[in-house]
Amino acid sequence: MAGLEDLYREIILDHYRNPRNRGELECPPAHRSEGFNPLCGDEVVLTFEMDGDVVTDLRVGGYGCSISQASASMMSAAVIGKTIDEIRDLTRSFKAMMSIHEESIGGDGSEALDGSGTGDSGSSTDGALRLGDLEALRGVVKFPVRIKCATLGWNALATGIDETVAAG
Amino acid sequence: MSAGASPEIDGAVKAQFPLLERSVHGRPIVYLDSAASSQKPTAVLDAMDDYYRTINANVHRGAYEIAAAATEQMEQARTDVARFISAPSADEIVFTKNATEAMNLVARSWGGSNLGPADAIVLTEMEHHANIVPWHILAAERGFEIRWIPITHDGCLDLTDLDRLLDGAKLLSVTAMSNVLGTLNPIGRLAAAAHEAGALLSVDASQYVPHLPTDVGELGADFMVFTGHKMCGPTGVGVLWARMELLDAMPPFLGGGEMILDVTKEGFRPNTVPHKFEAGTPPIAEIVGLGAAVRFLEGLGMDAVRAHDVSLTGYALRTLTDRHGDDITVHGPSEPAQRGGVLSFVYRDVHPHDISQVLDQSGVCVRAGHHCAKPLMRCLGVSATTRASLYVYNDTSDIDSLTEALDEVGALFGH
Ligand SMILES: Cc1ncc(COP(=O)(O)O)c(C=O)c1O
Repeated sequence: MAGLEDLYREIILDHYRNPRNRGELECPPAHRSEGFNPLCGDEVVLTFEMDGDVVTDLRVGGYGCSISQASASMMSAAVIGKTIDEIRDLTRSFKAMMSIHEESIGGDGSEALDGSGTGDSGSSTDGALRLGDLEALRGVVKFPVRIKCATLGWNALATGIDETVAAG
Repeated sequence: MSAGASPEIDGAVKAQFPLLERSVHGRPIVYLDSAASSQKPTAVLDAMDDYYRTINANVHRGAYEIAAAATEQMEQARTDVARFISAPSADEIVFTKNATEAMNLVARSWGGSNLGPADAIVLTEMEHHANIVPWHILAAERGFEIRWIPITHDGCLDLTDLDRLLDGAKLLSVTAMSNVLGTLNPIGRLAAAAHEAGALLSVDASQYVPHLPTDVGELGADFMVFTGHKMCGPTGVGVLWARMELLDAMPPFLGGGEMILDVTKEGFRPNTVPHKFEAGTPPIAEIVGLGAAVRFLEGLGMDAVRAHDVSLTGYALRTLTDRHGDDITVHGPSEPAQRGGVLSFVYRDVHPHDISQVLDQSGVCVRAGHHCAKPLMRCLGVSATTRASLYVYNDTSDIDSLTEALDEVGALFGH
């Protein structure tokens, strides 16, 4: 059975209590993207600056639960200084980690997901390796209603980047 | 039915709800989400099971034994529901899918034939979306004005400008009891003011009928809606009550079988009330279950149900503040007599999602979110609340479990 310690890992609580890159950048030159969870009213407002195809700065605004806030905070720390391609890769890895695989549905198939969740380094897959601290959010999958909280910021960033690219 | 000294509600009541015997996460379940949906007593489960096992057949137009029995059980439930809310006639009881459909029926059928660009209706800031969105949809088509009664800081209706708001309005549609704050609204006073202004009164009694003795005449309502699953009945059945002359004049809502007297290639002749509004095969087993729920509540006595709510709400308000002091703020009226057993609270600055997640580990079921009342959330200046709500099967031990489990929230998220 999934326990609270699977969800509220220390590093998540740390990002919740001391959110990184909190605030808002001036638009323009920064770009802006919002995410909204109609289920719980949580809202994330991202502002980010680009230089070429590199995200040079990003700030997180809005409000929400510990999981949505911590996830957005960890995301900000992970993506600043990365290229669009790198960010899209990271987003894919993160969302793959957040998707409920068949093994995890019903019974206690969560074992399948536990495997690489214990070590931050070691024998994880490529994507998992690069996720680093974000690995701490792996336990969220065992609480399916909270997955939307964890992906809120990531979806907003993906939309924001797509829009920026489309606008040229 | 509820006259005389009602027996106290005690542990024998809880024992009639089989679900409450289960545990979650290895802890006995503490169900504190009855404002969202109540649990069902054996009497209701058995009535529905018996219906399917021994009577099941489509209603009306069947000459054979069990079809007649099915019709009779369904119509008996209509009589039971009418008696439960002191409706003058069982024909004024229209079965719908839920309260939401009942309110949509009022909006579509009455509103669709009575509201135009020059008109106005009045709602309040504490309405459930079920009493907002049907009017928004209709207003977008027909262009009438929607006015709003504001709320005070302690979660009551602010009636300072009531007469001005009602001036020229054709309808006031208001909840009798807030599903977020527990506030009991002064329906009698609102009815008098609405009628004085020439407006009709529609009452969302979804939270009221399950918890208080209800008399539609005494309330002064013209329309009233409520929903089966919050009053010990099953999901899938709701009720619209309205005065017969209103129902008579209203056009049908949904079209199909059951709601017609005759159909030709040129058109149709609608059936009489209430069948005019009950198109298609009704949720027969659910209606039978609702009838059993009504008889179950009558057995407890609605005065006793209300007394239980008041005393348990008082206990909850006291124990929560005694134990958690300034860490907890309960929204809504502070006086148990002015409210129902719905407790929306803020605990420190912990997000409702996190609170309900931690409480769940202790088996405590509470709801976190906007409770389908987003305009109210904006008034309260929050995006969501945590809500614990009480019913006949709850007791002080459930409140104690909530109070204790909140300590764990504090331990995890404390600063
Ligand atoms: C005050 C109020 N009105 C309407 C409803 C809608 O009930 P239902 O979803 O059964 O239609 C609810 C419950 O969700 C409610 O609390």
